[in-house]
Amino acid sequence: MNGREQSSPTPDSAAVRKVPTGPARRGPTGIEPARLTAGQPGTLRGATSRQGARVAIDARGIYYKTLNEQIREEIERGAREIVLNNVLGQRYIGTGLAFRGVTVIVNGVPGNDLAAFMNGPTLVVNDNAQDGVANTMNSGLVVINGNAGDVLGYGMRGGSVYVRGDVGYRVGIHMKAFGDSHPLIVIGGSARDFLGEYMAGGELVVLGLGQNEQAVVGSYVGTGMHAGVMYIRGEVAAHQLGKEVRLQAPAPEDELRIRQIIEDYCRVMGIDENEVLARPFVKVYPYTSRPYGRLYAY
Amino acid sequence: MAYTTFLPPEFRVVIDKEACLQCGRCVQQCGWSVYTWDEAERRPRPDHSKCSACHRCVTFCPGSAITVKHNELAFKRSDSMSPDLIKAVWKQAETGGVLLTGMGNDKPYLRIFDHLLLDACQVTNPSIDPLREPMEMRTFLGRKPDSLEVSTSGSSLRGTSVSPAASARLLTELDRQLQLETPIMFGGMSYGSVSLNVHRALAMAAAELGTFMNTGEGGLHADLEPYQDHIIVQCASGRFGVDTSYLQAGAAVEIKIGQGAKPGIGGHLPGEKIDYQVSITRMIPQGTDALSPAPHHDIYSIEDLRQLIYALKEATGYKPVSVKIAAVHNVAAIASGVVRAGADIVYLDGFRGGTGASPTIIRDHVGLPIEIAVATVDQRLRDEGIRNRASIVAAGGIRSSADVVKAIALGADACAIGTVALVALGCHVCQKCHTGCCSWGICTQRPELTRRLDPEWGASQVVNLVRAWTHEIAEVLGALGVNAIESLRGSRERLRGLGLDQTVLDVLGVKAAGS
Repeated sequence: MNGREQSSPTPDSAAVRKVPTGPARRGPTGIEPARLTAGQPGTLRGATSRQGARVAIDARGIYYKTLNEQIREEIERGAREIVLNNVLGQRYIGTGLAFRGVTVIVNGVPGNDLAAFMNGPTLVVNDNAQDGVANTMNSGLVVINGNAGDVLGYGMRGGSVYVRGDVGYRVGIHMKAFGDSHPLIVIGGSARDFLGEYMAGGELVVLGLGQNEQAVVGSYVGTGMHAGVMYIRGEVAAHQLGKEVRLQAPAPEDELRIRQIIEDYCRVMGIDENEVLARPFVKVYPYTSRPYGRLYAY
Repeated sequence: MAYTTFLPPEFRVVIDKEACLQCGRCVQQCGWSVYTWDEAERRPRPDHSKCSACHRCVTFCPGSAITVKHNELAFKRSDSMSPDLIKAVWKQAETGGVLLTGMGNDKPYLRIFDHLLLDACQVTNPSIDPLREPMEMRTFLGRKPDSLEVSTSGSSLRGTSVSPAASARLLTELDRQLQLETPIMFGGMSYGSVSLNVHRALAMAAAELGTFMNTGEGGLHADLEPYQDHIIVQCASGRFGVDTSYLQAGAAVEIKIGQGAKPGIGGHLPGEKIDYQVSITRMIPQGTDALSPAPHHDIYSIEDLRQLIYALKEATGYKPVSVKIAAVHNVAAIASGVVRAGADIVYLDGFRGGTGASPTIIRDHVGLPIEIAVATVDQRLRDEGIRNRASIVAAGGIRSSADVVKAIALGADACAIGTVALVALGCHVCQKCHTGCCSWGICTQRPELTRRLDPEWGASQVVNLVRAWTHEIAEVLGALGVNAIESLRGSRERLRGLGLDQTVLDVLGVKAAGS
């Protein structure tokens, strides 16, 4: 929107001429489903209240694109803590957000792809989260004070994700570490199948808190894994593992690292760390960094 | 047993002793170490079994003393068990491995482009001379609106010099477009599979030509940042080198679902090719294998694809998003879903498209020709009334300007070239890309080889090629009596099939020659 357009008089409807360019026939899905949830495209903006660097936005019925524009605008205006109230399914909150020293607090259930490609901020969800949290995230911290859905941390390269409850399928696929970036996912509850598939770096920790006798992880744990490590609190049976990983008791240096991870997680989550550390962990690790090195005839 | 392999050498390196200057340049030039220097006789000795027929030695031999010939051993003639099949069996019996290859499908499937003929004007409709009259080659890729809202309010009055058109104002907010000065762009080839100098050459060429190069899935090296307005960045299943600054650097983002040379399978860049520079560009440790999963594990449906498309739009301030899919049997229905998912560009990659490495069985037996894919996708999107929502890029088997013209007439908005751009840089299509020994410095990371390719020279080679093709396309447009590439798009009436059966003609929507 440039200045010239803004200063022009608004044309009345009689002066607006519709010129069809596309074919007259419409496809069967003229209305796109995503537009029906969590607000409609348009100019409706969330009511905002500001207090210094703290800003609250009422997200009720606000279209995701507008809401995310508002978040970016507020950060550019100097906001350092943004509270989103009445969030209901808005997608892409924190997606592509590349600011350090910013905290976004989500009150309500955010939609898919929360914190995708995020680089720097802290994002706290005070409810459950859906699928695709921290997709290809680069740095920052995501805290989910509930359960999260499938495909959490896909291709995640750095930063941390703390989940208080359970997560779904395909979590931590193809996480990778490079240079100073080491992605970390800590899951308070349990994880379903395909955990850490193709994992190429970083750390995945599953605590199984409140799981009692149930399985902490599903099947195909670490299939195709070729770097990084998983620490799982509780028992993992051989049949649950992918064929590229091995299981062993944590070495002393692993124990040190586990303690460090748990201390950080428990401090943020307000959990007694001694209770968590009271139960032993197992370590899942890849037995080779070249799982498919001998597959080909050159 | 005295033998080490049943496999006979594929080629024979013949050195004319009279012409040989005994300079040893062939020894130095060969990336495959075919030659050793015989100190006693002061001449090179070839190991035929290592030769790939890349002709590096032939080109650089100052005495023109070297020729490379087929090693034409006689096998008992058989239409069933050809020598190539027998050799493949031996290779696998000896290694137990999956056969690998590079470049595109080399099997003798029907080449549809070569059975399509273009029309020209005679008598009844004058042709146009592109040397004297303007010929519009500019192409915009991206979503076009279903309708335009135009305001004509304002000062336009009958009798004044202000025309209604001058006072009209476009109210529809247009989606961002990629502006191409010629309908030819470069296909995705990752840094890691090709050398950084190839990326540099293509980026420079794209900037000079006013078109786009594509990073492939290996990230964007810092040296390419000056050309970022002419670069499409790729986001593939391995997410190598993908972060916010990478996404924001590109003029557009491409989600790579599949590749014509290897539809449905992932990629595997061996650790040997991950040197320091590749490592920092891909953002993975040196020497580790770069495994690209076969699918994006966050995309199992059209709805999931839509989710990633809009995540990328959110992360880039709504830049155009291209989705690259391989031409497979249901490509028209898939492309329809891709367009409905919100893609601005559908990039179709035919089964003759090249690759840095693919299992031979996939390269040679999976997919569809690009001609079929473009024709069926264009028709499907028109039938469904959504053709305006996305542009179609045809790639994977575009070998000449004639192929570009025919692909556009079949329904493409633009074409992408990969293999032929590399041929302009010296590639001899020896199909050994997967070995990493490319003597031409193209498909290798060995510093003594990659430095052979001067990026500025390379850029001028590619610019020359694309400019020449653009002139040729303008000639064809003039002969067809149209003055814009847009007028050719989907103009199948200007094509006729010669030697194609009726089923293929029906699929292409093209009439038989003479009808």
